[in-house]
Amino acid sequence: MAGLAVPTWDPQTALLIGAILFEAIVLYVGYGGLERLVGPRLMELLVGGDSGVGQ
Amino acid sequence: MALFVGFGLVVGILFGFFGMGGSFLVTPALLMLGYDASVAVGSGMAFVFGTAVIATLKHHDLGQVDYKLGAIMIAGTTIGIEVGRASVYYLEALGLAGGVISVAYVVLLGGIGAMVTREAMKGDGGGGVDHEAADTDLSEYEIPEIAKTIQETVRIPPMVTLRGDVRVSAWVITAVAFSTGLLSGFLGVGGGFIRMPAMIYAIGVPVPVAVGTDLFEIVFSGGIGSYLYGQGGGVDLAIVAPLLFGSALGARIGSAATAVVDSDGIKIYFGGMLLAGAVAVGIGEVGSYLGNGLLETVGLVLVIGAAVVVAGAIVYTTVASLRATRRRRTPAAD
Repeated sequence: MAGLAVPTWDPQTALLIGAILFEAIVLYVGYGGLERLVGPRLMELLVGGDSGVGQ
Repeated sequence: MALFVGFGLVVGILFGFFGMGGSFLVTPALLMLGYDASVAVGSGMAFVFGTAVIATLKHHDLGQVDYKLGAIMIAGTTIGIEVGRASVYYLEALGLAGGVISVAYVVLLGGIGAMVTREAMKGDGGGGVDHEAADTDLSEYEIPEIAKTIQETVRIPPMVTLRGDVRVSAWVITAVAFSTGLLSGFLGVGGGFIRMPAMIYAIGVPVPVAVGTDLFEIVFSGGIGSYLYGQGGGVDLAIVAPLLFGSALGARIGSAATAVVDSDGIKIYFGGMLLAGAVAVGIGEVGSYLGNGLLETVGLVLVIGAAVVVAGAIVYTTVASLRATRRRRTPAAD
């Protein structure tokens, strides 16, 4: 494996990747809450009633 | 930014519905938008990392992850990614990175597109995640013939026992992990669309375990790959954040659509979309080589257009199916 870069500790990069991880968790939780909150109403708007999608 | 959110939404719908198709649309699109190869690949990989975190959180509760398999896969993939990533920087130094990566995409997308289309036309539901199979009990799962042959032929110790009573040489797992990691690091893709069939057909793990373990592994491989690219300035948060914002919503829509629409019917369009993507990257490269801006634009429009059409077809079919179901449930009272 000679010549290949070895990952070294880089706080700036760790922060960057951490920000993406944080965004992913926030989006998972946020969209989950949003789905429960406006999902049924959206389904009613689209098909005229909750048909179980997104459950 | 709106373009990235919209594109992320489209990619998310495809990912949520087919269980694959995320990253290998993003990197070529970024290349065609004129980003450096390392930024296109690095940001594509960071996007995959974020998407995998979200998907793994969802699958965690289903208990479909083999952590022993995952650990060996992670080790092999990490080395593969590193070799692939080093190849990108080496080719970039030679000024060949964009061209070689695009050609690799054309071959890969074309090959997988042709395979998925052929399987879909045969009607046996090949390619992508079979959502029905993912719900089947592990004991009912039948190991593919090719996997049985590999398990019986390659018996180099140490042997490991995986979920679903699968006994296989650790070296087979390592070889699969290294090969898929190499492609992952070279192309900036999560590698799920190669690794999942490889786990099913080469290692012989049940489909649900392959899906769960693959997602678990992508979190690690995508995270390490993104970190390595990030150290080289290859991860652009201005690209990744809006893409992830759109795809997280799209994945929920796509995932919900699987409960309503039979994915086999749409798989043929998915195969067609991959083929269109291959043609688009090819056209874009020819345009870039000839210095023809119009051809480059045609390539970009084609790759994004094909994805938008398939994602649109999924949403349209879902809403139409739901309306039809509702009409059947509530016969005309008027």
